[in-house]
Amino acid sequence: MSMKSAIAAQFQQVASEQERTLSPLSDELKLLQSGLDSLSFAIIVARLEDSLGIDPFRSSEAVEFPVTFGDFVRLYENFAQ
Amino acid sequence: MPSKSRSLWESITAAGIRSSRLYGIDTAVTLADLAHASSLGGRLEQLRGRTVLLAIKDQLTAALAMIELDGVAQRMVLCPPDLLPGHLPGVIKGAGVNACVRDAAPRDTTGLGIEPCMTSEPKLLPGEVTRRRSHATEWILLTSGTTGAPKLVLHDLASLTSALAGQPSAPDTIVWSTWYDIRRYGGLQIFLRAVHAGSLVLSDPAESVIDFLARAAAARVTHISGTPSHWRRALMSGAAGTISPRYVRLSGEIADQAVLDSLRAAYPHATVAHAFASTEAGVGFEVRDGLAGFPATMVSAPGSSVQLRVTGETLRIRSPGNAHRYLSEEAEPLQGADGYVDTGDRVEPRAGRYFFVGRRGGVINVGGLKVHPEEIEAVINSHPWVRMSLVKARRNPITGAVVTADVVLADEAGATGERPGGEALTRELIDSCRRVLAPHKVPAMIRIVPALEVSASGKLVRPVA
Repeated sequence: MSMKSAIAAQFQQVASEQERTLSPLSDELKLLQSGLDSLSFAIIVARLEDSLGIDPFRSSEAVEFPVTFGDFVRLYENFAQ
Repeated sequence: MPSKSRSLWESITAAGIRSSRLYGIDTAVTLADLAHASSLGGRLEQLRGRTVLLAIKDQLTAALAMIELDGVAQRMVLCPPDLLPGHLPGVIKGAGVNACVRDAAPRDTTGLGIEPCMTSEPKLLPGEVTRRRSHATEWILLTSGTTGAPKLVLHDLASLTSALAGQPSAPDTIVWSTWYDIRRYGGLQIFLRAVHAGSLVLSDPAESVIDFLARAAAARVTHISGTPSHWRRALMSGAAGTISPRYVRLSGEIADQAVLDSLRAAYPHATVAHAFASTEAGVGFEVRDGLAGFPATMVSAPGSSVQLRVTGETLRIRSPGNAHRYLSEEAEPLQGADGYVDTGDRVEPRAGRYFFVGRRGGVINVGGLKVHPEEIEAVINSHPWVRMSLVKARRNPITGAVVTADVVLADEAGATGERPGGEALTRELIDSCRRVLAPHKVPAMIRIVPALEVSASGKLVRPVA
């Protein structure tokens, strides 16, 4: 499974658990317009750390906070490299 | 500045408000208009000398009621908007409530059994108002307790405004804003600061961060405050640049270096400060050097009205901003024998600074909201499949922490109903939590474990941080 599809699956899973309507995921989708709240993102980041073994937000370098779904995926892809 | 013999209204008029305004989500009120108008009208006198429950959803309505009732009511009990209806009877009894103010459209229509109970709206009714101070009003704030039932913390205007000395006082040029609810300590501090110094843009839980920032920008916000979680959300909105404040404040959670650096980059012309405060201990300090943690020189610094001390790894504070006491008779004393309030926040010295490393007693801070593990464990343990559980914090870059649980299952034989395996099992446990707990208290992850460590004294061994 690609990084992007793993992340997309986690977005869908958490949205369904939190009973939130997830907007169709595209690179341009603004995260705060995705239908998810902060708690949902917090859970997604924690679960991705378990499944992928990485948390790019905890890197020693300053992290630019992702604004779109595409930014979010790139943050993980760049960190994994 | 506020003084012991002034009401909030007298104090803010003495500070020289002219065009200061309170901005609600779709309406605004000019503070000076309160001289000849009232949100409660002639009914205000019916509340004189009473213990008034403010069970109000709308922040602007609540703000007006607080200004009008200080000096009039014997006691004001500030209900945060998310107070569970089940906790109301305990609050009413504990505080001795004998009057109430609610929204014109109350969130639930069941009576509270309190008379008089009046409704209020975020607007002023013109008419003659005598603002006579007859009482040194006690302010009761609610803070979360171990069992989920809130603890009642008693302040007065003097303790609540003790940190205002030395604050900028430039009426009509300062516009505050905050994501906090002003019925909680952190938000109440911003409210009191704002009404003494300028205007305030109030938040609304139903409003998106982008809309809130747009409203703050329209009001020309200069000072803005929130938790690190609020700020991370603003940074993720792509709309952080909508505002250009002079002062950016973080409190309510540990401010890590990453969020401080991100805010410095987003607002290069602003002072980025992080502050420590708690309902019981009051405002401890503010750090303006852009670094996480606080300088060790702040501890035991002589001559300061706020005295800090680190004892047994936790930060303790003695100051005129300390709350006076808990309201319930069976509650433990708020201050220790030495007059210091133990904040329960653990700190660790490193290279001339102290860094916050979590809470004693395992209390978890999820996006600025306190979570007591015992409350969640009680819910999980009530499930017939569960023998015992341990709820822990897990560090998180978005909300500071999330809640996780390790669960030991009951013997299959004793369990009722067929027990599913794997994910379906943890899903059901999470769902059962979601049915009774606020969303931030529901474990993000549940792990089934064969056993949990129990100490010689028979207590669950809890992780230190």
